[in-house]
Amino acid sequence: MSFDVNEIRKDFPILEQTVNGRPLVYFDNAATTQKPRRVIDKIVEVYTQYNANVHRGVHTLSNRATTAMEESRKTVQAFINAESEREIIFTRGATESINLVANSLGQKYLSADSEVIVSEMEHHSNIVPWQLLENQGKTKVVKWAFDDRGELNLAELEELITDQTKLLAICYVSNTLGTINPIEQIIAIAHSHNVPVLVDASQAIQHFPIDVQQLDCDFLVFSGHKIYGPTGVGVLYGKEQWLNQMPPYQGGGEMIETVSFGGTTFNQLPYKFEAGTPNYVDIIGLGEALRYVNSIGLENIAAYENELLKYATDKIQTISELRQIGTAERRASVLSFVADCAHPFDIGSILDKLGIAVRTGTHCTEPIMQHFGIPGTVRASFAFYNKIEEIDVFYEGLKRAIKMFK
Amino acid sequence: MMTELEQRQQQVIEEFSVFTDWMDKYEYLIELGKELEPMPDADKTDQNIIKGCQSQVWLTANFADGLVTFRADSDAIITKGIIGLLVKVLSDLPPKEIIDADLHFIDAIGLRENLSPTRSNGLVSMIKQIKMYALAFAS
Repeated sequence: MSFDVNEIRKDFPILEQTVNGRPLVYFDNAATTQKPRRVIDKIVEVYTQYNANVHRGVHTLSNRATTAMEESRKTVQAFINAESEREIIFTRGATESINLVANSLGQKYLSADSEVIVSEMEHHSNIVPWQLLENQGKTKVVKWAFDDRGELNLAELEELITDQTKLLAICYVSNTLGTINPIEQIIAIAHSHNVPVLVDASQAIQHFPIDVQQLDCDFLVFSGHKIYGPTGVGVLYGKEQWLNQMPPYQGGGEMIETVSFGGTTFNQLPYKFEAGTPNYVDIIGLGEALRYVNSIGLENIAAYENELLKYATDKIQTISELRQIGTAERRASVLSFVADCAHPFDIGSILDKLGIAVRTGTHCTEPIMQHFGIPGTVRASFAFYNKIEEIDVFYEGLKRAIKMFK
Repeated sequence: MMTELEQRQQQVIEEFSVFTDWMDKYEYLIELGKELEPMPDADKTDQNIIKGCQSQVWLTANFADGLVTFRADSDAIITKGIIGLLVKVLSDLPPKEIIDADLHFIDAIGLRENLSPTRSNGLVSMIKQIKMYALAFAS
């Protein structure tokens, strides 16, 4: 299919607006993405036509809502090519997915002398849950450092793995550096030492196709709102053999089989991990978002976003006052930089007044800032509804901001 | 009769009234930031950091002859301009006047509504810290 960004932009109502008197340029897609009309319409459809609590309902509306929610599970399963829909657990987001694994696995498999390897470029969500376990004396967190380009060295991983290594927790794409990690090779190395791998795909799922069976990852997590879906819904993929062995994370309705004060038995997968009324409305919305992405095609999205990233990177490099942070050979959709003459916050504030939305600060990756000895970065992150012309506006805005601070 | 504090607030409001565009207001804040006398590095301690700002903001206070004198700095220039504005309005006043100060100039020049929530919180934290110092010196 031919890729027409102007047609695509018509699917996103929020993009047609001015901010501070100028057309909105939304370059904060790594924080959250905008929603196509059909996702918004889907949520309205649920609330206006078949809102009812899911599962165990005998009435028609409940059945419709349940069917739609389980349809979404199948959509997610197909989207990442999981073997079974029992391997798809709905959560509140990637953060909850990681916490679920940390707690559940932690309870059963980790002890004081266990080691969990975590890369230096992880989002806090993939560091702190492991540190919480460490604080309880249930594991030790081992850092896998990256080099000054923002790349991980595979030979170092071999050296870090010991007999005590129980898990490797790693992002597919860095939300700050944009680095695409060679995840297949990483998983192969870990598996050759019988170490399972949790992949944080929060910044990858929306940019290129992912096949969990091909990757052979043990766990993979992502958030719905970063792939054009609603907030408050996320996914935990886990190999069935792992999920079956893991104890439930939270207790409550839906996750049980029978309850008595003499003892409780738990429901089958995936429900064992979905305590309480699930966020079925947004789960249904997420299914719609994935169908929308499928209709565009992730290969098309990847090709176009790579063009945007290359164009923006080349432009930034012509501004001598800026220094790019994260120069890995393979990057996805994220461009981070700093300026000597101004704090990232200063630049972001001026860009905002010019209608340009970027993120400034540490991006929940303080260890990356510590690595480079910087207070934060300005981060522009692109989506397939962004245009080359918007990068030109951004470039002019940056030049203007720098002139103000010099 | 207009108090010293009120006179200063009116002066700031007047200075900002000539700007029609937010970029001009920012230019002015940047100027203020650049003009603010840098704080000695020795004072840029963790103890003097104001929490709740995205950039680092340091504030010190001195009490002599019944007046509180503030000094402030930040690693972000716009933030430095904002804290500089607060120092300009509130420095060298008796503690009680600082504690009771109704800082209406912030709304009048559009600072509160136009700053992002994180920064807005930073502004609130700055004022709180300034008043805390005044309170400490008042007792």
